[in-house]
Amino acid sequence: MAVTITIPTALRQYAAGKATVVLEADNVGALLRGLVEQHPTLGKHLFGEDGRLRSFVNVYVGDEDIRYLAGEATPLQAGETVSIIPAIAGGTR
Amino acid sequence: MTAPLALIGNTPLLRLTNLVEGLANGVELYAKAEWYNLGGSVKDRPALWMIRDGERRGLLRPGVRIADATSGNTGIAYATIGAALGYGVTLALPANASPERLRTLRALGAELILTDPAEGMDRAITTIRALVAHAPEGYFYPDQYSNPANPQAHYETTAPEIWSQTGGKVSHFVAALGTSGTFMGTVRRLRELKPHLRAVAVQPDSPYHALEGVKHMASTQLVPAIYDPGMPDGVSEISSEEAFATARHLARHAGLLVGISAAANVAAALHIARELREGVVVTILCDSASRYLSERFWAVEDNVAGAGI
Repeated sequence: MAVTITIPTALRQYAAGKATVVLEADNVGALLRGLVEQHPTLGKHLFGEDGRLRSFVNVYVGDEDIRYLAGEATPLQAGETVSIIPAIAGGTR
Repeated sequence: MTAPLALIGNTPLLRLTNLVEGLANGVELYAKAEWYNLGGSVKDRPALWMIRDGERRGLLRPGVRIADATSGNTGIAYATIGAALGYGVTLALPANASPERLRTLRALGAELILTDPAEGMDRAITTIRALVAHAPEGYFYPDQYSNPANPQAHYETTAPEIWSQTGGKVSHFVAALGTSGTFMGTVRRLRELKPHLRAVAVQPDSPYHALEGVKHMASTQLVPAIYDPGMPDGVSEISSEEAFATARHLARHAGLLVGISAAANVAAALHIARELREGVVVTILCDSASRYLSERFWAVEDNVAGAGI
């Protein structure tokens, strides 16, 4: 199902400058891996050498932090918005 | 008797040499404990210098408020010094700033304008600029990214302190770049005293990072006007994970609870110190961990002794 993912300013340079990407995915992990497949240079910024999401990467489904849902296994509904938000409150200035 | 503002500067230089194995006999490692400043961070120095400079230039007078956009230590420094000197302080910051910070700022009497978190610091900056433009007589806007009084504070205080506390032996200075004020001012003065000083700038390994207060200069749209990219001799890239591990190590093996950017500085200083046969490496512990205790990374167990160090 088609899900929109929003990309923070700091990472757009690795996603051809895009602020949002629409992808087909059933859960958050598949969505993020699909994103990295399209934009391989994003990979090391989101995932560690162990292949897991880096601990400080904040991913939200709607308004909910996936850490309080099912993490990468969090299921997605069509039309939902997933956001990667800055790791520091206040952003990157 | 001591006036509160006299508690800014003259911070202790902590010896960290014993913290780590594998340093050559002739190598020493030191760090400035900046949480000893009145407002609890290195930012007291530039904030005080910018405020005093504003007074001297007649921009800050009784009845004028200090206004800026900052979600971090600079805001706490303005609020602290403003309270001590009798100036009101108005700060714009994203509404998702940590509860500890919001409470600290409110406790110090600062007026807070909370902006849309999704739009980050950029929205806070445009908000404060609009406020100041609307009533320029009522506000003093220090603008730490462009204000020469910011590096000047380090030129006049941090550098001479390091010089005298190391007896002139400092050979390497290591510090993260945020506004770049600490790095620029300290290095400029230390190089006058020791032309062969080696100065290494600490940078996050990615523009998306958790090193609060540190700016990824290679990718930012807003390079600080005070930054001269020709100043560092080298750059040390530190991952957020390594900074977290170093913060845990300093807490658990040295009793030093330091913040994330301080931990990144120590991680970089250790990399440099390990490569030397002799030298005196100095870095900055920007603040203590008290403003970051709600962060998740403290809960991680490091199974390997000395992991990250």
